[in-house]
Amino acid sequence: MKRLLALILALTVVAGPALAVLPEEQLKDPVLEARARHLSKELRCVVCQNQTIDDSDAPLAADLRAILRERLTAGDTDEQAKAYLVQRYGDFVLLKPPINPATLFLWFGPALLLLGGAFGVWRYWRGRSVVAPAPLDPDEQARLKALLSETS
Amino acid sequence: MSAEIGQFALILAFALALVQSAVTMWGAHRRDDALMGLGRMAALLQLLFVLIAFAAIAWGYATLDFSVELVARHSHTTQPLAYRLAATWGSHEGSMVLWILILALHGGALAVFGRTLRATFLARVLGVQGLLGAAFLGFSLLTSNPFARLSPAPLEGTELNPLLQDPGLISHPPLLYLGYVGFSVAFAFAVAALIEGRVDAAWARWVRPWVLFAWTSLTLGIALGSHWAYYELGWGGWWFWDPVENASLMPWLMGTALLHSALVLEKRGALISWTLLLSILTFSLSLIGTFLVRSGILNSVHAFAVDSARGAYVLAFCVAATGGALALYAWRAPAMRTGAIFGPISKEAGITLNNLVLVVATATVFLGTFYPLLYPLIAGGATITVGPPFFNLIFLPLFAILLTLVGFGPLLHWKRDQVKAILIRLRWPLGLFVIALLAGTFAFGLARTLAAFGIALGVWLIAAGGLLLVRRWGIGSKTAAASWTLVRTTPVAVWAVALAHAGLGVTCIGITAMGGFEANKVLRMGPGDQVEFAGRTVILDSLGQVIGPNYQADQGVFRIIGGRGPRQLISERRFYPSSQTQTIEAAIGPSLVGNLYISVGDRDEAGKAVIRLWNHPFVGWIWGGSILMALGGLISLSDRRLRLGAPQRSRVKAGRKTAGAAA
Amino acid sequence: MRRLAFIVPVVVFLGIAAVMAIGLGRDPKILPSMLIGKPLPAFNLPDVRTGTGGRGLASSDFEGKPGLINVFASWCVSCRIEHPFLMRLKAEGVSIHGLNWKDKGDAGARWLTQFGDPYDRVGYDPTGRTGINLGVTGAPETFVIDKKGVVRYRHVGPVDPETWTTTLKPLLDKLEAEA
Repeated sequence: MKRLLALILALTVVAGPALAVLPEEQLKDPVLEARARHLSKELRCVVCQNQTIDDSDAPLAADLRAILRERLTAGDTDEQAKAYLVQRYGDFVLLKPPINPATLFLWFGPALLLLGGAFGVWRYWRGRSVVAPAPLDPDEQARLKALLSETS
Repeated sequence: MSAEIGQFALILAFALALVQSAVTMWGAHRRDDALMGLGRMAALLQLLFVLIAFAAIAWGYATLDFSVELVARHSHTTQPLAYRLAATWGSHEGSMVLWILILALHGGALAVFGRTLRATFLARVLGVQGLLGAAFLGFSLLTSNPFARLSPAPLEGTELNPLLQDPGLISHPPLLYLGYVGFSVAFAFAVAALIEGRVDAAWARWVRPWVLFAWTSLTLGIALGSHWAYYELGWGGWWFWDPVENASLMPWLMGTALLHSALVLEKRGALISWTLLLSILTFSLSLIGTFLVRSGILNSVHAFAVDSARGAYVLAFCVAATGGALALYAWRAPAMRTGAIFGPISKEAGITLNNLVLVVATATVFLGTFYPLLYPLIAGGATITVGPPFFNLIFLPLFAILLTLVGFGPLLHWKRDQVKAILIRLRWPLGLFVIALLAGTFAFGLARTLAAFGIALGVWLIAAGGLLLVRRWGIGSKTAAASWTLVRTTPVAVWAVALAHAGLGVTCIGITAMGGFEANKVLRMGPGDQVEFAGRTVILDSLGQVIGPNYQADQGVFRIIGGRGPRQLISERRFYPSSQTQTIEAAIGPSLVGNLYISVGDRDEAGKAVIRLWNHPFVGWIWGGSILMALGGLISLSDRRLRLGAPQRSRVKAGRKTAGAAA
Repeated sequence: MRRLAFIVPVVVFLGIAAVMAIGLGRDPKILPSMLIGKPLPAFNLPDVRTGTGGRGLASSDFEGKPGLINVFASWCVSCRIEHPFLMRLKAEGVSIHGLNWKDKGDAGARWLTQFGDPYDRVGYDPTGRTGINLGVTGAPETFVIDKKGVVRYRHVGPVDPETWTTTLKPLLDKLEAEA
């Protein structure tokens, strides 16, 4: 019972207001800072429920923002800076999952489904072309018209 | 005493739900009117007892009965009465009872208004509703009892999370649940139709108002929730692609598809088995959303109570309900008659494509939301996150395809149409689209063509919606007097479609502008400091302490010069001692073309506070457009032909139609 | 063929339900360590009691015999829960090294003085960078290192008797036996 109580302590709670980036964290170079802000919106805070390190006020998120800025200042590319964190925390920190064999279905599933669905719709029309062929010649058009007026 | 009455009422309601289900199903099988009548009575009695249980919880909150555990955990003597009452559904247990109440209300409404349906059909619908009710009542009783007592009762309760003490809590959950639960009617109708083995235009005519009502509520519920998050979380986001948000988006997308396919079924008798499938899936997505939210299976910023026993119960229920319905579908649907035929260029075909894109869009959200569960199984335990960048890359292009189609849809002819004729008919919206695209590209630069495209899509939808009305009114082709007559007699359906589609366009413009032109700035400011931001001068006039009814706050008073003339905005960082939580009340200067959004953060020793400034261009259009969409739904509901009060008439009509189709 | 199309939804759904059922048994908050099977990243930290001239903790300390690193902090509530058990392990002669993570000033040292010091060596990591290099997401966390200085296991959360007897102890014994 006690355990249950502990579990339900945090009920229907929206995460607290998180005010992340502090003025003194920001880099002097506006281009670099813009890159850092952009990158930190693509990185997930590893201790929070589901926030970017840009949104989170968790101390670890602040550390990661600082590391990100150090890496950029040291001359890392965006990819290298991200890789630095991935090396430590895994692909979990990337809000945009990498494309690898295990994520192929995630990235290409929707397109596959769209094409498959379009094929299905096409088959559906073709399958019924006994009654109404897709490209209608005038003769068939007349027949279709007759059929349609019959059904309505 | 009230908690025990509530508990007893809930148990009775559970028993009645089982009786309702058994009696109606058996009665329909035997064609026994007395049994079926008994089932209707059970549905009404169930509603009565659920109402009593719900009232018992509310009473506990109103009277601050801290001996009830639920009340002790979510209310405090300083908490205003309105938020004590809204706390009734502000917790997991209470919100389940609200869900059950709404389900029982739908069951009751069906029992009362459904008398004009075929008796066996209504009985089967009520049978399915009874089963759903019993499952949720069982869930509440077994895993989430709202009436547990505390002994000894504490003298003071823990207040409801301050973030929830907001007008949003009063309206957002009930609207959302009206949507989720409303789709259960379509589900029950589909299952009943599969059992009986017949679906016709009358079926669609019956199901459509329920779907419309659910869809309208869900639209409003999502928009309200988004707006609430926007002003309450203090960092100006309006959509985070968070699992809990996705859980509401999926039934909305699928429900939108259902709304349109049911229209084709009603008007043209086509897409029969497809509509049944959508009816099952839409409600199933509501159930899966419930599972996601209550099981804590995924990380979410909107954290709910996490309990794997609850998760297991809801999952088992999902498998039984959805799995059962889909199995029934696999068994019965192939034998159902195939629908009427239509040409590849026609309104039916357009709606079929719209359905395809909507379903793929739903699948994309589903895939992105649940892939983190699948990934460890195929990647040897590694974990991933699927966040906003994924959805922006995959979902938004799909949605752009959809929006393009939406503009065409209402102006296509039923049965058969010509591409050339369509283009001529739509030359004005198409022209405006091109102009907007070119003007946008010119104004924002080539690098922002995507933003220009998004805005042009919005213009296209608004123009296409407007064209619907213009064509109906014969503007430009008829005399003013004749046009006026046409304006006054514009069918409700035309208004509804024009509004809903134009609303989508308005939302699209808001989303695009927010995505492309949002700006922000973080700095430390002390009293008297000023900063130039987004074409305005923002002056911090004062930083001080204020005391509220159940909180104390750091308050920043800002003066804004420029934009729309000088005005004052106030932002607060509140601390609620009873729950030891902080909230940020952002200062929002709203206007039609964008909001200035300011929040006050920590103060340092020098008396300067961290100030965050945002410029949110056209953000209000996101919710304004949603309200237009919902308004379209409401107007459509007022259509006499759909009204529940006039079923006799629709039955005659539907009967004629079916007879005609059979001939 | 046509019938088959109608069976697809229920089959797909059952697959999804199976994935969800498996997911129910997982805690989405626990992040698997990236270091398993990899050598400990290089670090050389001063002693937590700054100025006492203690030896501190370095990655080179983990060679020749298996070792444990326990990440703790004075601000960490669960570390208080874990602490008595660590003291018991020390009394039993188990060697544990400590990593005092993201503590300000002498907070970590005072904590050890107040509640007792269960560690052999304690490294002081006020910036948290060594912890981040280890992929630490929060305290307490416990790492098991083998004779070659390779990380073999990470435990998230307090070490309790059950984790110790079922997981950590057997693993340490196994590593001890390794060549």
